[in-house]
Amino acid sequence: MDELTSVFIQEGREQLQAMETGLLDLEQQPDNHDNINGIFRAAHTIKGASGVIECHYIEAFMHKVENVLDRLRNGEIGVSDELTGLLLRSCDHLGRLMDVLESGAAAPEADVQQAGDALLVELAVYTNSGQKPATGGGLVEMDADVEASGGGVVNTDSWHISVRFGPHMLRGGMDPLSFIRFLSSLGEIVALETIPDAMPTAADMDPESCYLGFEIRLQTRSSKADIERVFDFCRDDCDLRILPPNSKLSEYLKLIHDLPEDEMRLGEILVRCGALTAAELEAGLDSQHDALKADQDAESEAPQIGEILVEQKVVHKAVVEAAASKQASVSEKKAVEARLIRVQADKLDQLIDLVGELVIAGASANLLAQRSGQSELVESTSILSRLVEDIRDSALQLRMVQIGETFNRFNRVVRDVAKELGKEIDLVITGAETELDKSVVEKIGDPLMHLVRNSMDHGIESPEVREAAGKVRHGTVGLNAYHDSGSIVIEVVDDGAGLPRDKIFAKAVEKGLVQPTQTLTDQEIINLIWEPGFSTAEKVTNLSGRGVGMDVVRRNIQSLRGSCEVSSIEGAGTTFTIRLPLTLAIIDGFLVGVGRAAYVIPLDMVIECIELKDNTAERDFLNLRGEVLPFVRLREMFEIEGERPVRENIVVVQYAGQKAGIVVDQLMGEFQTVIKPLSSIFRHLRGIGGSTILGSGEVALILDVQSLVQRNARSEEREMSASAALPRSTQIQ
Amino acid sequence: MASQNRLSIVDDMTIYNALDQKNRLMSALAEVDMLELDLSHVGEIDTAGLQLLILSKREAARLNKSVTIVAHSPAVRQTLDFCQLAKFFGDPVVITAHETA
Repeated sequence: MDELTSVFIQEGREQLQAMETGLLDLEQQPDNHDNINGIFRAAHTIKGASGVIECHYIEAFMHKVENVLDRLRNGEIGVSDELTGLLLRSCDHLGRLMDVLESGAAAPEADVQQAGDALLVELAVYTNSGQKPATGGGLVEMDADVEASGGGVVNTDSWHISVRFGPHMLRGGMDPLSFIRFLSSLGEIVALETIPDAMPTAADMDPESCYLGFEIRLQTRSSKADIERVFDFCRDDCDLRILPPNSKLSEYLKLIHDLPEDEMRLGEILVRCGALTAAELEAGLDSQHDALKADQDAESEAPQIGEILVEQKVVHKAVVEAAASKQASVSEKKAVEARLIRVQADKLDQLIDLVGELVIAGASANLLAQRSGQSELVESTSILSRLVEDIRDSALQLRMVQIGETFNRFNRVVRDVAKELGKEIDLVITGAETELDKSVVEKIGDPLMHLVRNSMDHGIESPEVREAAGKVRHGTVGLNAYHDSGSIVIEVVDDGAGLPRDKIFAKAVEKGLVQPTQTLTDQEIINLIWEPGFSTAEKVTNLSGRGVGMDVVRRNIQSLRGSCEVSSIEGAGTTFTIRLPLTLAIIDGFLVGVGRAAYVIPLDMVIECIELKDNTAERDFLNLRGEVLPFVRLREMFEIEGERPVRENIVVVQYAGQKAGIVVDQLMGEFQTVIKPLSSIFRHLRGIGGSTILGSGEVALILDVQSLVQRNARSEEREMSASAALPRSTQIQ
Repeated sequence: MASQNRLSIVDDMTIYNALDQKNRLMSALAEVDMLELDLSHVGEIDTAGLQLLILSKREAARLNKSVTIVAHSPAVRQTLDFCQLAKFFGDPVVITAHETA
């Protein structure tokens, strides 16, 4: 697939997304004209671009869609549920067509083609046959050059750019020619005329002033805003006029009139560069002369050219409107867009890898410098390592993307599913600007989709049931994201019926997961839904019960080094909380030592370090300022040989609101940690999250604080139930 | 006497030299009826330089004299071509063999 096509697919999908978002908004606010224009523009852009890459099946389909949208835009047809539904289905079809293009097939397969044809039939209802095809917002395909009788080829399908540079351009350090040259990067300059008429005679001519003007015919698919952007740097100091392709004769006459040069001279120039024919010019100048005169008296101060044109009924109102709203949206976007470049994701990964190696190499240099005892060397390596740290942070920042885009996809899902289920459901998105690693974003989509569908299918009740329960008819599904101590938390919240504990318990018994005689806490019962093969769906709908259980969701999230929890209040709703690490590659670590081995604890989770007093030697908890702090001894847990040192330390860590202590021999300080995944042989190892390489070249294991904390919590629970069975008083210090 | 009528410009025809070059061009034009410009050593030409060439040509026409560019450097040729001014100057453009490669 060539580059152009892949760019088209990428940008096409973005436009498609914009179109879909617009259509969903349209359902809510049918009167928002800006929105309709936005949808139209997105459709139009796709059509135009598909023409460029000569993908005719997309072009043909979008042409029909565009026709309907055009009528919608002109208020000839109204917004209805059927129409938006149809247009959304058209979007889906377009998505499929893009898949076809991406797969490299020459034409869509028969069933896709049939689906498309069926849609076209439906779309045709909205375009009456007597209607002229839409003329679109400026870029109209027209590839036939008109041969003029008066000699010379007239190229009507080009933009006409007429620019007069101000005298101070050159002194300001700008070279007008370079702007004109840059124009050729937008498209093909079909004709160009240099206008030196403003230059005075030799005696008065200041060689450092600029007197030149240019009349340019530019063939491009860029928008007017793109062309204007070329002249951004000198906008204040030049006189720029741009006429879109297929402008009317009268517009050129207007142009001729507005420009400072003599009318006949300009006319000749326009003829020479192919904008007009000689005959057109002659007739036009004669007949329009008076009219224009009168007009100019009326307009004292030069208003927007668009306004004049509309007033003069020179252009279709629609064309100007489209151009104007496009300009507005483009200038809004421009600020953002101008600062963005597309980079291949794997290049970025490579950079991160290299930065990882740099961090390791830097740590080794640091260590050697310290051993050498040369203070200057130590100083310079410490500066170096600070810079490496900065580079690491910026490199990781590059991969950060906002989660909003992922969230917004769910608007459509919620709409469709709600319709299908006959429920009324709103999606509320918060924290869309929360950033997380791109690779995490990509992988979180599926689990999220499952949770959202689940909430809609099982959580939210039908409107009647809701009303009967005294709730509002509209159910709400919320997606929320925020940062919390080195992780990102994503919540899927619904205000539905909550998880039915009795049913879950009964089902678990039926599946043999628990014994009927077992007494479980509410939370334990709820947690049963994560077990493989568990589903409480009474009826199998096409939304759930498709064999993808919650255990798969959980596994997917765990593979991202994350965790997920569920909490539920019966009758009031359910909240799924997904907790993910911010990045998968490099973290700030806290290096500790046990025996001769070194371990890394993610620094974000470390709260404090305290000395372990020997009078707690035989217990697994201590009193931390009035709180019970359970702890694990790494020495025992990993069965490390050797005597305990006289003085041990406890690192207090926190994860998901739970605190725990980790007993170690030595505290060795902060350490930038490049996470190297463990081989799959060690997949089932509990308590170890990965490995890293120290400056000395030794390997240190990264502790998986989450599983350590959970292990603690579980052993606590066990003890609790044991102590309930056999009452025992434990003196807590 | 051809050699006397010939003015060689060896510096870049840019805004930095524009004032100086305007004076040289105008005084050269004042002295002779037929001025030949050798631009083969002009490494760079910008709008200011282009303006000077147009000015010379126009001034010559006004005074019933003539200015001919007898040698173009690649930069000059490209710029004149780009601005579609080759016809305006009407001077034979010699493209040497190695340039076209």
